[in-house]
Amino acid sequence: MEVKNLNINLDGNTILKDLSFQVKEGGILTILGPNGAGKSVLLKTLLGLLPYKGEIIWHGKPKIGYLPQGLSQLSVKSYPLSVADFFSLKNPAPSSEEIIKFLDFVGLDKSILGKKAGNLSGGQFQRMLIAWVLVSHPQVIVLDEPTTGLDIGGGETIYSLLQTIWKKENLTIFLVTHDLSIVYKNSTNVLCLTHKREVCYGKPSDILNSETLEQVFGTEVKIFKHNQ
Amino acid sequence: MLSKKMSVVAGPLAHLAFPGVALALIFGFNISFGVFPFVILGAIFIWYFEKRTKLPMENLAAVIFAIGVGTALLFLPIGKAEEALVGSINKITFGETIVVVSLSTFIFFIVKNLYQKMMLVNIDEDLAKIEGINVSKYNLFYLLSIAIVIALSVYLVGGLITAALVAIPAAAAKNVSRDLKSYIRLATFFGIISAVTGIVIAQFIHLPIGPMVIVTNAILFLISVFLMKRIF
Repeated sequence: MEVKNLNINLDGNTILKDLSFQVKEGGILTILGPNGAGKSVLLKTLLGLLPYKGEIIWHGKPKIGYLPQGLSQLSVKSYPLSVADFFSLKNPAPSSEEIIKFLDFVGLDKSILGKKAGNLSGGQFQRMLIAWVLVSHPQVIVLDEPTTGLDIGGGETIYSLLQTIWKKENLTIFLVTHDLSIVYKNSTNVLCLTHKREVCYGKPSDILNSETLEQVFGTEVKIFKHNQ
Repeated sequence: MLSKKMSVVAGPLAHLAFPGVALALIFGFNISFGVFPFVILGAIFIWYFEKRTKLPMENLAAVIFAIGVGTALLFLPIGKAEEALVGSINKITFGETIVVVSLSTFIFFIVKNLYQKMMLVNIDEDLAKIEGINVSKYNLFYLLSIAIVIALSVYLVGGLITAALVAIPAAAAKNVSRDLKSYIRLATFFGIISAVTGIVIAQFIHLPIGPMVIVTNAILFLISVFLMKRIF
């Protein structure tokens, strides 16, 4: 996947300017940056949901799975949807064997199918969403802050789950997150966006030093590398 | 409609029938010829404005509502509006019944087929787009089916009662259902049961039918509130 000289303007504001990067098949690109830097907008643009200038080239038309940032439990809670109902909203709807297989994969028992999606715990809900995205066998998954609202333990579980899936299915992953230790451990490339429309792009070990991070987030960020 | 937080739209759309009723009364043609074009036109306007302005549909419905009532009252004397408000189900002929029933059945099956996709559009439009759903097309289908249902019920029970019939059975069903299937079935069941009992009671004690249907609906809703332990 390649992006060349991407420019995004929304309502007369320049959101992103002259952005170029590429993601290889099976790579994990993490997008970092403060709130309002344009991370979600970039993801939506890559998915073709927003207008842009420049080039976005997907090689070989991959099947894409997407987990939007706003898909909180609240938006689902206002409907009388069981977990099984929620899976039946997929287009096309997956078979129940497939659903059970992927629920099992994310560590959920099939007894959860009859429960109301709005009544699951935050961690269960997020895991169910990941199963929901994976059940249609995408080649690329785009995740916008998949651990929002989860505690550290819950977040860790989601990320180690993603790591397992990534190894197993040769997925290409686009990820927006604020969790720097995860970025360091898992990504193949990092793209950071700032309010000043500056970008940095490279391998996690090149990007994740205190200096660049201070530039990105505007405050001093300390990271501690584990000696393994 | 409850699923899109759109039940409030029923009222405004129903009132959109007013200018149609006014025209029909003034020129002396069948009311339904006045009602249908106006309600459907209203739905198309809401769809178009939503696309252009991204305002919430319920907001736009309020705008359309004001336009409908305003223009109607320019020509229609308030006294004559009564029929448009409360309808006259007991004056419907056999031929009209057949038309109403076949239109309703048609809409029922269309909505049944589109329901899953409409639901996903309601939950998250971007997600629906990635799943390959044409959001704008489904929004239009959604509004048009609502418009036809509303036009039908304005004709049958009047604008005031339409809002009640659209909102109350679904709200009661939502109180007591755990999944989509029970929700849909209960909403349909509550709608039928309250309408039938309402009509029967009204005939027996010689009260107007429409308001009686609202009362039975309201009783059903109150019962559902007390049964909210989600037993179904």
